[in-house]
Amino acid sequence: MLRAELRVGAPAPGGRWTLGLSLAWCLLLLTGPAPAAAADTGDDAFRALVAEFADANFREKEALAERLLATGHPRVRDVLTALLEDRLFERERDRRIFVVESNDERLTAFRLLDPASLDLVDAVAPDLLRRIITNNRLRRFLRGTIARFSLSSADAGVRLEAARELLRGLDDETIELFRRRAAVETDPDVSYEIETALSIAALEDGDPHVRIEAVERLSGRLNPVVHNRLTALVADTGNGGRVEPDADVRAAAADALWQIDSMRNVYSVLETVAFGLSLGSVLVLVAIGLAITFGVMGVINMAHGELMMLGAYTTYVVQLWMPDLIGISLLVAVPAAFLVAGSIGVLIERSVIRFLYGRPLETLLATFGVSLVLQQLVRSVFSANNRAVVTPSWMSGALQFNEAFSLTWNRMYIVLFALLVFALVLAVLRRTRLGLDIRAVSQNRAMARAMGVRTERVDVMTFGLGAGIAGVAGVALTQLTNVGPNLGQSYIVDSFMVVVFGGVGNLWGTLIGGMSLGIANKLLEPFAGAVLGKILVLVVLILFIQRRPRGLFPQTGRAAESM
Amino acid sequence: MKRIHACLVILAVALTGCGGSGDAPETAEGPTGNPIKVGVLHSLSGTMAISETTLKDTVLMMVDEQNAKGGLLGRPVEAVVVDPASDWPLFAERARELLESEQVDVVFGCWTSVSRKSVLPVFEENNGLLFYPVQYEGEESSKNVIYTGAAPNQQAIPAIDYLMNEVGIERWVLEGTDYVYPRTTNRILEAYLKQKGVAEEDISINYTPFGHSDWQTRVSAIRRFGSTGKPTAVVSTINGDANVPFYLELANQEVSADEIPVVAFSVGEEELSGLDTTPLVGHLAAWNYFQSVDSAPNAEFIAKWKAFVADAERTTNDPMEAHYIGFNLWAKAVEKAGTTEVDAVLAALPGTTTPNLTGGIAEVLPNHHITKPVYIGEVQANGQFDVVWQTDDTVPGDAWSDYLPGSEDTEADWVTLNCGNYNTETQVCSGQNYE
Repeated sequence: MLRAELRVGAPAPGGRWTLGLSLAWCLLLLTGPAPAAAADTGDDAFRALVAEFADANFREKEALAERLLATGHPRVRDVLTALLEDRLFERERDRRIFVVESNDERLTAFRLLDPASLDLVDAVAPDLLRRIITNNRLRRFLRGTIARFSLSSADAGVRLEAARELLRGLDDETIELFRRRAAVETDPDVSYEIETALSIAALEDGDPHVRIEAVERLSGRLNPVVHNRLTALVADTGNGGRVEPDADVRAAAADALWQIDSMRNVYSVLETVAFGLSLGSVLVLVAIGLAITFGVMGVINMAHGELMMLGAYTTYVVQLWMPDLIGISLLVAVPAAFLVAGSIGVLIERSVIRFLYGRPLETLLATFGVSLVLQQLVRSVFSANNRAVVTPSWMSGALQFNEAFSLTWNRMYIVLFALLVFALVLAVLRRTRLGLDIRAVSQNRAMARAMGVRTERVDVMTFGLGAGIAGVAGVALTQLTNVGPNLGQSYIVDSFMVVVFGGVGNLWGTLIGGMSLGIANKLLEPFAGAVLGKILVLVVLILFIQRRPRGLFPQTGRAAESM
Repeated sequence: MKRIHACLVILAVALTGCGGSGDAPETAEGPTGNPIKVGVLHSLSGTMAISETTLKDTVLMMVDEQNAKGGLLGRPVEAVVVDPASDWPLFAERARELLESEQVDVVFGCWTSVSRKSVLPVFEENNGLLFYPVQYEGEESSKNVIYTGAAPNQQAIPAIDYLMNEVGIERWVLEGTDYVYPRTTNRILEAYLKQKGVAEEDISINYTPFGHSDWQTRVSAIRRFGSTGKPTAVVSTINGDANVPFYLELANQEVSADEIPVVAFSVGEEELSGLDTTPLVGHLAAWNYFQSVDSAPNAEFIAKWKAFVADAERTTNDPMEAHYIGFNLWAKAVEKAGTTEVDAVLAALPGTTTPNLTGGIAEVLPNHHITKPVYIGEVQANGQFDVVWQTDDTVPGDAWSDYLPGSEDTEADWVTLNCGNYNTETQVCSGQNYE
């Protein structure tokens, strides 16, 4: 253990470097230089132990890991990390075990490192190797074990992770580790976690004053471990007695718990609102395209969902074309999806919808037919199976504010993206010549034509714009749901709902409508459940439309009256 | 004029379409004579096409193989494929078409329980024979159906046992889609957990609608439910399309499998193929077959399947194995009976055995279920499952769960009792049960 600390506690900036160095010095003095021959036999014994992984079952692997730890060999941590990260392989030819430098699937040959020296031995094609597999239990064990080493890492981020990991399974040994680390720790975040751990340990102290102090320090800390320990402290033992004999400590613990609970409640409300905004932004995103085709043109386009689906498949194809640039593939997919869905939209308008203007029922049926055709087309081309769209690394994971509140990156990007698309569409409608034409035609077609606007051309462009926006929404949906032929169907009802609720023909209505439906849904879900919540929202919506048939923000003026 | 042209083109396309399908059964060599007709009742379009198309291909492959072996009873086997389009009432119509106009000798079909319930009266009225290949909620045994998928005691209960005894789980979230299979399964599991001494407050049951795509609230609630310090697991009966967004949300909220493992009953290799599985490593699935099971018949089956669909990336899965077993059982029973006549085949089926793909033996039981081994697999980064636990022996399927009130006294036996719903208390056969 100590030797491993020595190795990883190497260069760090500034004062800590000298501290690490002097610590290393002391340890070196204590242990003394190891004779070379002894190191060799140690390496061989270590290799022999590692070799046993080849035939071990999960339980045996765990025991083996413990035996490896007992050797104190300097490469224990690397071997166990490799096992955790699926980088420990057996060469099938001679059944020797190696650490692999990188197990990236795109590599044609894996670089094999000797487990005891980490020297490069060989490079072998992946199919000549067999991976040493792990299960949940083993991974949990390894993570805890490796965290003990990582607590003295030079990287503060690694130390923080390790401290949080160790907090989950506190025992005497880890508390001792924390105590030693506390003396030299300089990073405030890591120190905070260490303080949490030591305070939890102090809850078992013999002196009630120490216990009260510990409870007070823990008050307001959101780590679930703290909550569980404090809850245990105020509970009764079941036979009339109390876990905590001292009434003052119990009172302090109850206070601390109350404080933690109220903070948790505040954060859970924040979280619900964030969830609502994110659901709302998805609704807005899928409805903006429809707000143009249905809201502005009055075309009931049942194929709207399928246009989103085409956008999603475009993302998939883009990723196929640029497998090495997944990070920027989504950015490329946005204009590509706009073009693909937009041109299909133009095609639909030219071939079907233009013959049916003013006949909403027939448009509905015809576009429903188009939606079935598009679905089956995708099924024939890509098969009925879902396609995997990779999430770029900058979109995965969560932004953690504290233990009780975190926001996932992909949702935050989608909120931003929805607002961006909304702003762009608004700008196009307000500030461009096309936008002017669109508004003119939608307000009074005959008058616009009399003024020299080529209404047919405007119809095509408007429908193409709406369809393109649907495609762009499809790109965002790839990060949230299945990319399959049915993607569109699951969103079509929602998007009509948003447009009707917001007020047909009003983009702001779509934004406000989408966001309020999202938040209403999320506020109801924890109490009513997802099924009932959705039903309730629909019922309220129906009642609302009864009172205000034109939605939140009705269009006014003569043109609107005649619609 | 334009219109007439368009009509002609459409007509021409339709005609060539018909001509194309007409020459399919023509084979140069092989058995001759009146063909034995095998109906295939799987959705090839609509929501369920993703799962069911593969099963249609499996039956076609089995038929090809049977013909290559010289057919059955010296006659060629011919598949009749219909498309019920994921539409439950249409399943009944198509089943009627198969049984009445096509006069098929056996049908392999259905996926969802509701589609099975929809065709059940048709099969009983026409005395047809259906092989149903999917794991289901039990509480049913029809004279005319052979259930080659798992009953709850062959999938759900062993999975709970594994989590409870091997992983040490104490707190349970039962998360399902809102329809008959998850509701019945969760009722059984809840009764089972309580019988094992799990307290009421350690069980949380939730349902979401079909195709639920916004899992933020649920995953956050699961995380909170699992933060009490007691080991927590999610038992998922989430169906179909809702799974991908569920797992994505788990990954995004950084709920890892070693903190809160999710064991799923309807997520297999096929479902994972639409997903980047790196963040899912360690989540579990309980099935009676995994593609990764190392056995000679399995390796052979996978190779044949990949050659048949001409795609080396295609995966195999549990319901495919069920059709493989079902088809072989039926072929054996037909040979034993010497006829394809349904009553004779049904009489021959109980006791018939065939090797399954994992190195064991599948036997038809008197209750029209079969014996199956149970495997628990952990998701790997390559989209496959590593088997981490399996039953020592095959488990006989139990039609009526022992953990549900009203069901524990019920027994199905088509050999001695000739009843699918026999009450051992009152000693009454209350006829067949459509509930």
